[in-house]
Amino acid sequence: MDDRVELSLHIPEPFARPGETPTFDHVDIPAAGATRRPAVDAAEVDMRDLPYGMVRVLDADGRAVGPWASQMDPEFLRRGLRAMVQTRVFEDRMFRAHRQGKTSFFMKSTGEEAIGVAQSMTLAADDMCFPTYRVQGWLIARGYPIVDMINQIYSNASDPLKGRQLPILYSAREYGFYSLSGNVGSRFGHAVGWAMASAYMKDHRIALGYIGEGTTAEGDFHEALTFAAVYRAPVILAVTNNQWAISTFSGIAGAEQTTFAARAIGYGLPGLRVDGNDFLAVVAATEWAATRARTNLGATLIEFVTYRVSGHSTSDDPTKYRPSDEPVHWPLGDPVERLKQHLIALGEWSDERHEQMQAELTEAVRTAQREADAVGALGQSKPSAREMFEGVFKEPDWRVIEQRREFGI
Amino acid sequence: MAQMNMIQALNSALDAVLADDPKTLIFGEDVGYFGGVFRVTDGLQAKHGLTRCFDAPISEGGIIATAIGMGAYGLRPVVEIQFADYILPAFDQLVSEAARLRYRSNGEFWAPITVRSPYGGGIFGGQTHSQSPEAIFAHITGLKTVIPSNPYDAKGLLIASILEDDPVIFLEPKRLYNGPFDGHHDRKLRTWAGHASAEVPEGLYTVPLGKAAIVREGADVTLLAYGTMVHVGLAAIEESGIDAELIDLRSIVPLDIDAITASVTKTGRCVILHEASRFGGFGGELSALVQERCFYCLKNPIERVAGWDTPYPHAFEWDYFPGPARVIAALRRTMEA
Repeated sequence: MDDRVELSLHIPEPFARPGETPTFDHVDIPAAGATRRPAVDAAEVDMRDLPYGMVRVLDADGRAVGPWASQMDPEFLRRGLRAMVQTRVFEDRMFRAHRQGKTSFFMKSTGEEAIGVAQSMTLAADDMCFPTYRVQGWLIARGYPIVDMINQIYSNASDPLKGRQLPILYSAREYGFYSLSGNVGSRFGHAVGWAMASAYMKDHRIALGYIGEGTTAEGDFHEALTFAAVYRAPVILAVTNNQWAISTFSGIAGAEQTTFAARAIGYGLPGLRVDGNDFLAVVAATEWAATRARTNLGATLIEFVTYRVSGHSTSDDPTKYRPSDEPVHWPLGDPVERLKQHLIALGEWSDERHEQMQAELTEAVRTAQREADAVGALGQSKPSAREMFEGVFKEPDWRVIEQRREFGI
Repeated sequence: MAQMNMIQALNSALDAVLADDPKTLIFGEDVGYFGGVFRVTDGLQAKHGLTRCFDAPISEGGIIATAIGMGAYGLRPVVEIQFADYILPAFDQLVSEAARLRYRSNGEFWAPITVRSPYGGGIFGGQTHSQSPEAIFAHITGLKTVIPSNPYDAKGLLIASILEDDPVIFLEPKRLYNGPFDGHHDRKLRTWAGHASAEVPEGLYTVPLGKAAIVREGADVTLLAYGTMVHVGLAAIEESGIDAELIDLRSIVPLDIDAITASVTKTGRCVILHEASRFGGFGGELSALVQERCFYCLKNPIERVAGWDTPYPHAFEWDYFPGPARVIAALRRTMEA
């Protein structure tokens, strides 16, 4: 008789599929204020509990509590709220523009706005972020012209990237926003290299790299963390864990076994797990990691726990693979509502002011869109075809010159 | 002027740029204290400091990714991939990032990186230390690919590559490191000593990319080659008695198309020689270009001499390697056909 155990292959499955009741009981969420805040210069070996906690500041009543709470200027918070609302209004508008045939593709960051906005406002103007396509709020928080974002999305004659890039794969050096690409993960190591260069030059600037939880499975993630740890690079490495990679739940990237923040432990890096829908927690964790980076204490891995409310892109229908009411069950709520509630609790904001701001920002987006529409939507207007042949090399070689002539310009 | 072998010439190039430009730095596997498995970075860390020339993890993807990030910051990193056979884990970084960054960001960011890598066979390195992957880089729009054939060019081309604001793949024919190998593996080894191109100036000088060299002028057939095959081709010409014109391309991107067409227009015959396997090799591109531009001057079909379409076989190194006998046969065919 064969008494050996029969092997079985484990294929992770999410807790609920369409038609089933959504649950997030598997996401461990400590109370606001419960996770400790070590000294900025604490040794990594003494912080290995942090990846299993969660940095949270805002409690259910919108109060800032616990060791990560600090006195924050209400004006700073109002600016953050404004940028988040602006991002949401803008993205809703562009999503509709896609449905109207004005562009080929679009992606929203609904529910994740706090991450890009808070980090953009916390880091210095001359730091550099290496974004994913779901942190458009970074640009909006820094006042990047909405009309230029729309021109890029339309690939029209005023597109700052000259019609060469898919919509929303922006590049904005002056705004600390590195060139995006559709290959996820491949810029994560660039953030580390940029930070190494800053250290090499005895500069003061730091880098921030973003990656999605799904993409942590790429070798780029391991390579970047290895280099960041080995060379003590002044970089913040941020995993935006929004639970979904297109239709694939985070368990397929390894979330059943441990947290993404805990990946840091194997590299000897501090790892923070942070409530990504809590604007104040994002600011506090980013400040902490930035201070470490700026004082030669090296890199920090931060997992921002959040939720992708929208589909992956305009090409995706999330009701095909997850319950349609899953977003409303997300336990960390809406980052906009939570910051708004906090400001109201502080006596620094009101529903009326919020509505007024919302109307004002909606109008601002409409105005910007009208301006972009006047240049032309996708197919109605495009940069000179000459641009197709420019920028391959610093100086074009004979192939490009000949082919441009062959094309007829 | 000093006598240098190719390793010394490359080391001299790196030494000169480190001394000249504080924004230049070197990293790669074993390149720091030890000075690289082929000794190309020997002594540079001791002379220029730990942060100018240091060891990297065994992570080709990580090496190229961090180099691109450094380039975006404003440095000029020069990285070593220990063998060209090992470059493939970094292929995504080269294709999707280094080659595309300038274009997709409309010039906001670019990758002024130089990727050095020993390449080619003839050293009994088997499948994983012998390959010639130049064609896959040539196919990637946005990369430049440079292959020197002698110490003087190696130094001048490497300095020119480092000064480029575009990414350069710099492939070093490792069989040429210590001497001008002509493919006669059963004969006594020759060193660079006494060779005209081993006279290498100290300090900075450049050999421009995209400018081929006419190694031997001839009237009857054009032989296109680069790297180790330049020496194989020269031996074959001398032994065949055919009055062939030998062109050393020196870089395949940018390609000196004018030198190629001028020569083939003159001779009316063309033989293309490379060590890489033939199908889909760079010889196919050269052949197409010659056909497109020189068809009415051609007296006979274009010939290609290349490695067989097999992996690089250890025990059969000299059966695989396109040595002088195969080149002579091709030269004769194109003369007689």
